[in-house]
Amino acid sequence: MSRQPQLYFDNNATAPLRPEAMDAMWKAMGPPSNPSSVHGYGRAARMAVEASRAEVAMLAGCRSADVVFTSGGTEANNLVLSIFDHIITSAVEHDSVLRAAPDATIIGVDGEGRINLDHLRDVLASLPDDMHGRTLVSVMYANNETGVIQPIAEMVALARDAGVATHSDMVQMLGKQHLDFAASGLDYASLSAHKIGGPTGVGALLVRPGLRMTSLLRGGGQEQGRRSGTENVLGIVGFGAAAQAAFDDVAHYRTMAEWRNRLESRLIEERNDVRLFGAAADRISNTACLAVNEKSAETLVMTLDLAGVAISAGSACSSGKVHESHVLKAMDAGEDASRAIRISGGWNTSEADFERLAELLLAL
Amino acid sequence: MTTTAPVSVTDSHDAAVNSLGFAKPPSETRVVVAMSGGVDSSVTAALLHEQGYDVVGITLQLYDHGVAIQAKGACCAGADIHDARSVAGRLGIPHYVLDYESRFADQVMQDFADSYLRGETPIPCVRCNQTVKFTDLLTTARDLGADCLATGHYVRRFDGGGGAELHRGSDPGKDQSYFLFATTPEQLDYLRFPLGGMNKDETRELAHRFGLAIADKPDSQDICFVPNGRYGDVVRRLRPGAVESGEIVHLDGTVLGRHDGVIDYTIGQRRGLGIGGRKDADESEGPLYVVAIDAIRHRVIVGPQSALACHEVWLSEVSWVSREGAPKAGTSVLARLRNTAPALPATMSGVTGDRVTIRLDEPQFGIAAGQAAVLYDPFHPDRVFGGGWIAEAPSAALA
Repeated sequence: MSRQPQLYFDNNATAPLRPEAMDAMWKAMGPPSNPSSVHGYGRAARMAVEASRAEVAMLAGCRSADVVFTSGGTEANNLVLSIFDHIITSAVEHDSVLRAAPDATIIGVDGEGRINLDHLRDVLASLPDDMHGRTLVSVMYANNETGVIQPIAEMVALARDAGVATHSDMVQMLGKQHLDFAASGLDYASLSAHKIGGPTGVGALLVRPGLRMTSLLRGGGQEQGRRSGTENVLGIVGFGAAAQAAFDDVAHYRTMAEWRNRLESRLIEERNDVRLFGAAADRISNTACLAVNEKSAETLVMTLDLAGVAISAGSACSSGKVHESHVLKAMDAGEDASRAIRISGGWNTSEADFERLAELLLAL
Repeated sequence: MTTTAPVSVTDSHDAAVNSLGFAKPPSETRVVVAMSGGVDSSVTAALLHEQGYDVVGITLQLYDHGVAIQAKGACCAGADIHDARSVAGRLGIPHYVLDYESRFADQVMQDFADSYLRGETPIPCVRCNQTVKFTDLLTTARDLGADCLATGHYVRRFDGGGGAELHRGSDPGKDQSYFLFATTPEQLDYLRFPLGGMNKDETRELAHRFGLAIADKPDSQDICFVPNGRYGDVVRRLRPGAVESGEIVHLDGTVLGRHDGVIDYTIGQRRGLGIGGRKDADESEGPLYVVAIDAIRHRVIVGPQSALACHEVWLSEVSWVSREGAPKAGTSVLARLRNTAPALPATMSGVTGDRVTIRLDEPQFGIAAGQAAVLYDPFHPDRVFGGGWIAEAPSAALA
């Protein structure tokens, strides 16, 4: 009776493991694998980790040496925020930023969820002189709930003019487009493996060459002193294989924009109770955030789950209960926020899946 | 009121309807089970699952467990939610946790605090059944396309000639009809209570047979959001500054001492009054009881047991489980004035809208405002007519 969903549209929460990642992990499983060991096993593990580092670097558009493996996006965010004394961030960040920087200066967003650049400029201008070198502007690349892409280039330009370091949580962006971290001007970025079809428990912080970096965890000084703890070799191998597959899959996401847009326009045309969130902004192609009927998002998520469709409402907290979305609240979505669901396609989502989902939502 | 002979749906041999009373196979009958994480609701889910129903478990997060136990950490699901989830996982049924914190705070906890501050002794569990469970959760169950909502309450529901009837659970020690008097006919139509015909031992036995980890979990005794029974602390936290100290006064006007707030006292209370004996006391008077609470003047009034005697009980917000509505004035009823007390012969002496006066055949002692008076059919003493909140039980001595 345990129902497995037939339609999976919750890839922003986590994606199914790619077969390439599963295969690579199977093959790597078994031998003692500590990359710090001097012997043959250790060297093999080191090779595997470095090969994965190169794949991840390729997908993110950076040098291999810029990749610091972590336990995931949350650790990467915490790690970079811990280096700075003052954080400027946006109201729509993931909790792993907002909770890691409770004293941060918060930049608001417009009705479509884009950060207010004028506000950022003012905040930067009012920084005391001695704070510039100790401040970090952290703005996510693409939002996990709405898919809205932030004006990162403009953010970087403003911060650079002020002599302030920059970071972007690129967890949702990775794999959706070919990224060029090196050219972005960003100093730091966070990545996660399981959002692109790798395993959970592994991610990375990208660090521009020459920038300061201290380990949050004290220990053996792995990852060139930037992240202590024996590397999660299996996870890293899975991450690398997933990154390689994702690199070849970027075209799939380009096409997905059409499928997503068609679903949205059908809903708008055929129902009179639909509201889209962030749809006027530039968005990653796999995500739609919308209210489809008068029922609460909570009820809709349950109804669809019982019908074999996996979606989510807002971002789920660890106890599994649904709570008010701080993202939609920051966008002034009003009462409609409680009705908003998130649909997010992934590497194995097809055009037919989007069509089936549209039929189901139209039939509500 | 006419009452047809009760036919238990669980005993039904009519092949056309399933054990929940629907004319379709269990597999096509969706039932939402309100799962608290305790033994009763877990067994309810397991039983219905075993019978092949399309069971969906729902657990309500009613308050932040971390706040309730004064621990730090937001978004903290208590152990009960964890237990409910584990049981559902073991059964392999879909299970959801719904955040009803704000509704529970608005509809149950605020009322609880206000009631205490009025000098009453409230029963939040009835309010919770009335609002959060049988209004909001029931609506959600309907939205999910469920045919009914099942709970682990020890009450029985029969389909009588005039619609669904609510009866006491067959184990008098476990009967929970007192807490369900405010159930409306529409709600009762949709509700099912699969444990109503069992006793607690049978339920525990089933829990063991189903291999549920919570089989030996103790029954909850306290009000769920008052973990240590220290309700006064909860009221003080909900209404900072509202609790004021005052005098403890004898009926004859003598001030006997002081108290830290009327909320710490209940009508009929004898122990822990914080006053010594009186030098000039009339020995024949016997021990002193709280006989009245004057919330406006912050006074606790004490007197002899005889001053507690009440013949009449005034009820407000009275509701009727049956579609037939209110019995006429003059009707005999059995009135239960506390969950654990026997139901006493009484007469409906006045009915005005949702306000009812009942006259007890024998005077009773220590009737507290804020408690419920639940009225049963004297000819079928298990059957619940309905009930209301005790607004006042005028004492002859105070008149």
